[in-house]
Amino acid sequence: MYDMSALYEAQSVQDAIELRLAHPDAQIIAGGTDVLVQMREGKRAGKALISIQKIDSMRGVSLDEEENLRIGSLTSFTHITNDPLIQRYINVLGEAVDMVGGPQIRNAGTIGGNTCNGVTSADSASTLHAWDALIEITGKNGIRRVPIHDFYLKAGTVDLKVEEGEIQTAILIPKASYDRTFGHYIKYAMRNAMDIATLGTSVNARLSPDKKTFERVRIAFGVAGPVPLRATRAEAFINDKEVTLSNIEAFGKMVLEDINPRDSWRASKAFRQHIAVESAKRCLMESVTLAGGEL
Amino acid sequence: MAKKQYQLVSCTINGKAVEQMVDVRASLTDLLRNDFRLTSVKKGCEVGECGACNVLIDGECFNSCLYLAVWAEGKHITTLEGLMGPNGELSDIQQAFMDETAIQCGFCIPGFIMTAVEILNRNRYYTDEELRKLLSGHLCRCTGYENIFKAVKKTMLRRLGRLDDPFLTT
Ligand SMILES: Cc1cc2nc3c(=O)[nH]c(=O)nc-3n(C[C@H](O)[C@H](O)[C@H](O)COP(=O)(O)OP(=O)(O)OC[C@H]3O[C@@H](n4cnc5c(N)ncnc54)[C@H](O)[C@@H]3O)c2cc1C
Ligand code: FES
Ligand code: FES
Repeated sequence: MYDMSALYEAQSVQDAIELRLAHPDAQIIAGGTDVLVQMREGKRAGKALISIQKIDSMRGVSLDEEENLRIGSLTSFTHITNDPLIQRYINVLGEAVDMVGGPQIRNAGTIGGNTCNGVTSADSASTLHAWDALIEITGKNGIRRVPIHDFYLKAGTVDLKVEEGEIQTAILIPKASYDRTFGHYIKYAMRNAMDIATLGTSVNARLSPDKKTFERVRIAFGVAGPVPLRATRAEAFINDKEVTLSNIEAFGKMVLEDINPRDSWRASKAFRQHIAVESAKRCLMESVTLAGGEL
Repeated sequence: MAKKQYQLVSCTINGKAVEQMVDVRASLTDLLRNDFRLTSVKKGCEVGECGACNVLIDGECFNSCLYLAVWAEGKHITTLEGLMGPNGELSDIQQAFMDETAIQCGFCIPGFIMTAVEILNRNRYYTDEELRKLLSGHLCRCTGYENIFKAVKKTMLRRLGRLDDPFLTT
């Protein structure tokens, strides 16, 4: 038995919004792999839950009329990894979420839960930041879209307004973001499975048609700060530069100007800085290869 | 204390359609163990770390400790008990676990076997590295990992008809 005071089950998005307005203290539960663990640990003991698990319209990946990739917030990690559209347009996201926990957690955990928890180590978060994902939020006044960067307000807090009855309904990757773009993710952790990232690094690159110049490079880190963050100085440095190893080397060093990792029991600040530089370089080299460039 | 809240759940458990009133606070582990006496579903960590409570829901593996019993509505659930043949026969994967001495205390085994069933039902070949990753959501405190791996791999090879694979004689 979980120590909850009540359970409200939403059958549709509209239902979920109404339940949220009626029970502002209740917490949303999707796959439950964060919420139920916290409940067991006593952190949310006695709280009421609003379950959105049965809203099947919030599952699945599609292309909308503007050719944005649309990932329903309830789509599980396993379904994202196996999805043909993901594999075609943003394969790195499928690879990143395939590193979450273990197989059963990937069947249960949802990408909505992974971003609404506002956690910096979330395995989808750095890739979604690096690809300028848009968060689709639905509330009593309709739908609004927020860049993922603005969605994260601070550690553990995201831009969902309970008084508006808001829930996250989808994550969009705009066409301008995925077009001709290839990326790579490195999760640095002590174990290969069932471990939280010490540092997560996601890089993607679009090369010029002749594959000699970096047209657009984007890089984001998880666990390099209280929320996932982009290394904008490093990006500005490498864009429009030639595709060479020495430029990639310099790009790696530049990320230290952007990030602010902390000392924790998992790793020291100095070690996180070291793996940030190394991961940035390796991710960019791999992205160049995937984009058909040569080094 | 708040009033107790119950809900009627209709689902299929090990091929049989069932209906049960459940306390909304119950986990699927609670439902399977307490209401249906399916005690192959173990209570290990109850926080999703160990896989001892793993069952198949519509063909996919879930840790039933992190799954609300009311979510079972309309689902097809399979536990280890559901692998038994009509006359109590063991399935090939259960027999393989015995043949490979993969079972020590046995606590983790039902969970491991249900993951193996999910893997084997896909009817495709996996490399050793892939298989290890697919099995990584389970902890065995008796640390029988190598024999567990062998049981799964041998069953995969046999089902795919690769009977001359040298691994089968190891
Ligand atoms: C053993 C184990 C290992 C794990 N390993 C990893 C790992 O390696 N990497 C990793 O990133 N995570 C890991 N996790 C954490 C967890 O699985 C993920 O964060 C997962 O994505 C959470 O999704 P969920 O659907 O289960 O979320 P839930 O637990 O249902 O919800 C998480 C939070 O998001 C809110 N929420 C969920 N969906 C919505 C929505 N649509 N709208 C508004 N609010 C919403 C909830 O209110 C809650 O605050 C692990 C968890 C466990 C138990
Ligand atoms: S008891 Fe469910 S994962 Fe350990
Ligand atoms: S056989 Fe004892 S825990 Fe695995």
